[in-house]
Amino acid sequence: MLLATWPLAACAGRQSALDPQGLQSDQIRHTLFIFVAVAAVVWTAVVIALGIGMLRRKRAADQPLDLHQTFEERTGRVILALGIATTVIVLGLSFVSYAGQRTVFAKDENALTLKIVGHQWWWEVRYEADSPHQNFVTANEIRIPTGQPVKVELESADVIHSFWVPSLTGKMDLIPGQKNELQFTAKNAGMYRGQCAEFCGLQHAHMAFDVIALPPDEFGRWREHENQSAESPADQLGKQGEALFRARGCALCHNVSGTLAGGQLGPDLTHVGGRRTIAAGTLPNTPATLGAWISDPQHIKPGNLMPKMPLQSDELIAIIHYLEQLK
Amino acid sequence: MSVTAESNELRDDVLNGLQLSGQLERVWRTPSGLVGALMSVDHKIVGRRYILTAFAFLLLGGILAMLMRVQLAGPEQTFLSADKYNQIFTMHGSTMMFLFAVPVMEAFAVYLVPLMVGTRNIAFPRLNAFSYWMFLFGGCFLWISFLFNVGPDVGWFSYVPLSSLQFTPTKRADVWAQMITFTEVAALAVAVEIVVTVFKLRAPGMTLDRIPLFVWAMLVTSFLVMFAMPSIMVASTSLILDRLVNTRFYDASSGGHPLLWQHLFWFFGHPEVYIIFIPGTGMASTILATFARRPVIGYPVVILSLIGTGFLSFGLWVHHMFVTGLPQLGAGLFTASSMLIAVPSGLQIFCWLATLWDGRPVYRTPLLFVIGFIVIFVIGGLSGVMVASVPIDTQVHDTYFVVAHFHYVLIGGAVFPLIGAVYYWFPKIAGRMLSERLGRWNFWLAFIGFNVAFFPMHFLGLIGMPRRVYTYTADMDWAHLNLLSSIGAFVFALSFALLLVNVVYSLRKGALAGDNPWNGSTLEWATSSPPPPQNFDRIPVVKHRDPLWADSESLPVIAGLSAERREVLLTSLAEAEPQTREASSEPSIWPLLTAIATTVFFIGSIFTPWAVLWGTPPMAVTLIGWFWPSGSKEDEE
Ligand code: HEM
Ligand SMILES: [Cu+2]
Repeated sequence: MLLATWPLAACAGRQSALDPQGLQSDQIRHTLFIFVAVAAVVWTAVVIALGIGMLRRKRAADQPLDLHQTFEERTGRVILALGIATTVIVLGLSFVSYAGQRTVFAKDENALTLKIVGHQWWWEVRYEADSPHQNFVTANEIRIPTGQPVKVELESADVIHSFWVPSLTGKMDLIPGQKNELQFTAKNAGMYRGQCAEFCGLQHAHMAFDVIALPPDEFGRWREHENQSAESPADQLGKQGEALFRARGCALCHNVSGTLAGGQLGPDLTHVGGRRTIAAGTLPNTPATLGAWISDPQHIKPGNLMPKMPLQSDELIAIIHYLEQLK
Repeated sequence: MSVTAESNELRDDVLNGLQLSGQLERVWRTPSGLVGALMSVDHKIVGRRYILTAFAFLLLGGILAMLMRVQLAGPEQTFLSADKYNQIFTMHGSTMMFLFAVPVMEAFAVYLVPLMVGTRNIAFPRLNAFSYWMFLFGGCFLWISFLFNVGPDVGWFSYVPLSSLQFTPTKRADVWAQMITFTEVAALAVAVEIVVTVFKLRAPGMTLDRIPLFVWAMLVTSFLVMFAMPSIMVASTSLILDRLVNTRFYDASSGGHPLLWQHLFWFFGHPEVYIIFIPGTGMASTILATFARRPVIGYPVVILSLIGTGFLSFGLWVHHMFVTGLPQLGAGLFTASSMLIAVPSGLQIFCWLATLWDGRPVYRTPLLFVIGFIVIFVIGGLSGVMVASVPIDTQVHDTYFVVAHFHYVLIGGAVFPLIGAVYYWFPKIAGRMLSERLGRWNFWLAFIGFNVAFFPMHFLGLIGMPRRVYTYTADMDWAHLNLLSSIGAFVFALSFALLLVNVVYSLRKGALAGDNPWNGSTLEWATSSPPPPQNFDRIPVVKHRDPLWADSESLPVIAGLSAERREVLLTSLAEAEPQTREASSEPSIWPLLTAIATTVFFIGSIFTPWAVLWGTPPMAVTLIGWFWPSGSKEDEE
C-alpha cells in the first residue's frame, strides 16, 4: 500500500518535500526514501505473517490446550531472532539518519547571511552586509543566489514561528529569546514557496512567503537595486499618495526608505511594488488587491494586526498609485 | 483456606450459597434513589459512569473532527472562521487526549481490574468516586467555556509565549490550564488506586506471574501516569502563575525561557501517548488469547516489553523538539533512543503473531478489531520511526504527515483495541451481547474509513501542508487528497454511529450473555454478568495464569471475610499470600461535595486570586467530612 501510492505524490506541489530543489532537501528525500523502503518491507512482512497465522490449517479443534508449555523453545528462538533483527534495523536506520543529518546541517563559513524575524503574521527579511550602507530590509519575499550556501539567522518578535521551505530544506523554529540558524543551497533558479509551520495564532494559515533563487549575477543586480532608497514618485497622483501615506497614518507602522515614513511595526514597503504578493502570501500584488487590502485588511485576513484605515476613495487611489511605483 | 477472624461475627464461611449471596448483596449494595446514586463508591458503578462519560467526550471530540474535515474538504472554505477553527482543533485535541483517551482507559481499569484480580472493590473507593466527579466537572467546565466562546485556541499543547497573557489576554488559556489540573487530579487518583489494588488486593495465589496481561498493562500505565503527570502539573501551574500573578517562568525578556515549557510539556506529553497505547495492548492481548483460544505466547516477554516501553518513553521527549535548534549531536542520540522503542513494541507484536499461528482463532468482532489494530498500528509505528529521524523530522514536523502518524498510533493503537474491548466486555457490563452482524459492519466501516481518512495525510504533509491551518488555496494541490480524507472521516464517523446503535439496541434486545460467553480465562468471567455488588460471593483462589481454563470445573475459593460489613482481603505483594482483612468504604456523599468545593476553588481562582482564600474553607470542611471516622460496627457492639 505504501509503495503503490508513492508515485502519486512524487510530482505534485509548489511546496513539496518530494520535489527537492536544494542540496539539503535532496539529502532529506534520499534519507526518507530509505526509511520508506524499509518500512514497506517490514509492514508487508508483518501483514503476510498475520495472514498466514489467520489462515493456517489448525490443529484439531478438540485437542486439549497445553497450558504449561506456552513458550516453546522454537517459538522463543524465533521471537528472539526477530527482536534482534528489529534492533539491527533500528540501529542501521539511526546510522542512516545521522549521516543524513550531518549533511543537512553542515555549515559553510562563506554563506550569504540574512536575518529573518518572524512576526504575527509576516516575515521580516534583513540583508546585512559588511558595510552598513549595504543593508536593507524587505518582507515576505526572499531572494537568494543559486549555487551559493545561504545562512538564515532566525529570530522572533513575538511568539514561536517556524521557517519552512520544503523544496529547499527542512524547517527551523524562530523562538523569542533565542537565535537559531539554518543553512541551505538552492540548486536551480526558481520560485519556492515557504510557510510558517508552527502554530502562531489566529492567522497562522496566512503566513507564507516566497523564496526566489536567481543566478548569482542577477541576484547581485537585484541586491544593488534593493539597496537604493525609494524613488520619489514621478507624477502628481503619486506625490499626493506619498503625502497621504504619511498623513493618514500608514507611516506609523511602515517604513519607506528615503522618505519620512519610518514605522517599524509592519512590513517595510520600500520596494513593495516589486513584490509578488501582499499580506504574507495571502494575495497576489495587483492594484485591485492592494486597494482591497488597504481599505479593509480585517476582511481579508481577519485578526491581523493592521487596522482598517479611514480613507476616501480618491485617497485610496492615490495611495495605491504611490505604492505601485515603489518598485 | 481461611483467614483468622473474631469469633462472633457473621462470616462468609458459615452461610450457604444463596444465603451468602443475599447477605453480601445487602452489605455491598449501593443505596437506591438519586442520593444513593450520588453516594456510590462501587467500582462497577463508578467505572460504568466513567466509561460512558469518556465516550460522550469521544462523541463531542469526534463531532469537532468532522467540522474540521468539512472546513478542510476543499480550498478556501468559509464554513468555519479562523477563530472557530483554532478553538475547534484545540478542543478536539484536548478533548481526545485529556477527556477521552486517558480517562477511558482508566475507566475500563476501574471497572475491570478489581474483577480481574478477584477482589470486592477497588482500593480507596471514595477517592475513586471523587476522581470521577473531578473528571466530569473538569470536562464540563472546558466544554461549557467552549460553548460560551471562551474555549482555548492555542493548541492542545498550548505553547508559550502564544498562551501567555501578552498574546492570549482572554481567559481562554486559563480555562485550558485549569482543565489540565482537573484531569491531572482525576488521573493520578485512579493511578494510585490501580497500583494499590494490583499490589495488595489480588486474590490469594495470583503471584506476579499470574496477573492477567490487561492488569499488567494498567499497572505499568499507572506508573507512567504517576511519573509523567507531575511534569505537566508544574508546567500548567507555572503557566497559570505567569498569567494570573505575573511570575515570569516562560518570559524570555526577563530570564525565563519558552523552551522550558516544551521540555516540561513533552516530558509528560510523550509518555502520555504510551499511557493511551499500553492499555490498548493489554486489551489486545486479552482479546487475542480468548479468541485464538490459547494463552498469549511469551507472557514474560510481553510484560518485559510493557515495562521496557514504559521506561523508554521517558527518554524520548526531545524528539518533539528537533526543530527548536538543539545541539545536533544530542538530537541524534534522541533519534536512536526514539527508534529503540520499536524493539519492545515489535516484540509484543511478534508474540501476538505467534499466538495466532499457534492458536485456533474464531473470528468474532473483538478479534477483528485486534487484527485491524495490528495492521494499522504497524504503519503508525513505522512512520514513528521516520519522524524520529532528525533530517526527516525537519520536513514532516508540524505537517499533516505527523497528523497521520499520531492518528495511526492513537486510533490504531488505542481506539481499535478499545472498540474491540467494548464488544468483548459489554456482556460482562450489561449482561447482554452486542450484535455480531452490526459488529462486522462496524469493523469494516471503521477500518476502511480510517485508512481512507488518514493515509492520504502522509502525502499531504510531504507535499507541504502544514497542520493547524484553517484554510489553503487551490493552487497548492492539496484539494483532492483533502476531499478524500474528509470522505474517509465521515465513513469512519459512521462506524461509530453504528456502534452507538448496536449498544442501544443490544441493551434491550441483545442475547443474554451468561457468565462467560466467550470462554475467557480470567477471573472477571468467574462471576455473573453483570456482577453482583460484592463481585464474588467467595474470593477465588488462583493457581494458574488462566484460572478458568485450568480449573474449568469449579474455582477453588477462600472464605473468612465478614458477611456483615464491607471487607476486602489484603494479600502480599509478590506471592499474593493472604495477610489481613480490611474494611472497604461505605457509600458517602462527601467525595461529591469535596469535588464540588474543589471545582469552585479552581474555577474561582481563574477570575480572582481571592478564591484561594474563600475557596479553601469549603474544601477543608468537605475533606473533614470525608475523613471523619465513621461509627464503625465495632463501636456499636
Ligand atoms: C473521527 C476521527 C478523527 C478525525 C477525523 C480527526 C481529525 C483530526 C484533524 C483533521 C486534526 C488536525 C487539526 C489541524 O492540525 O488543523 C486532528 C488533530 C488532532 N487529533 Fe484528531 N481526529 C480524529 C480522532 C482523534 C482521536 C481518537 C484522537 C486521540 C485519541 C485524536 C487526537 C488528536 C490530537 C491530539 C490532535 C492535535 C490537536 C492540536 O494540534 O492541538 N483525534 N484530528
Ligand atoms: Cu508563524
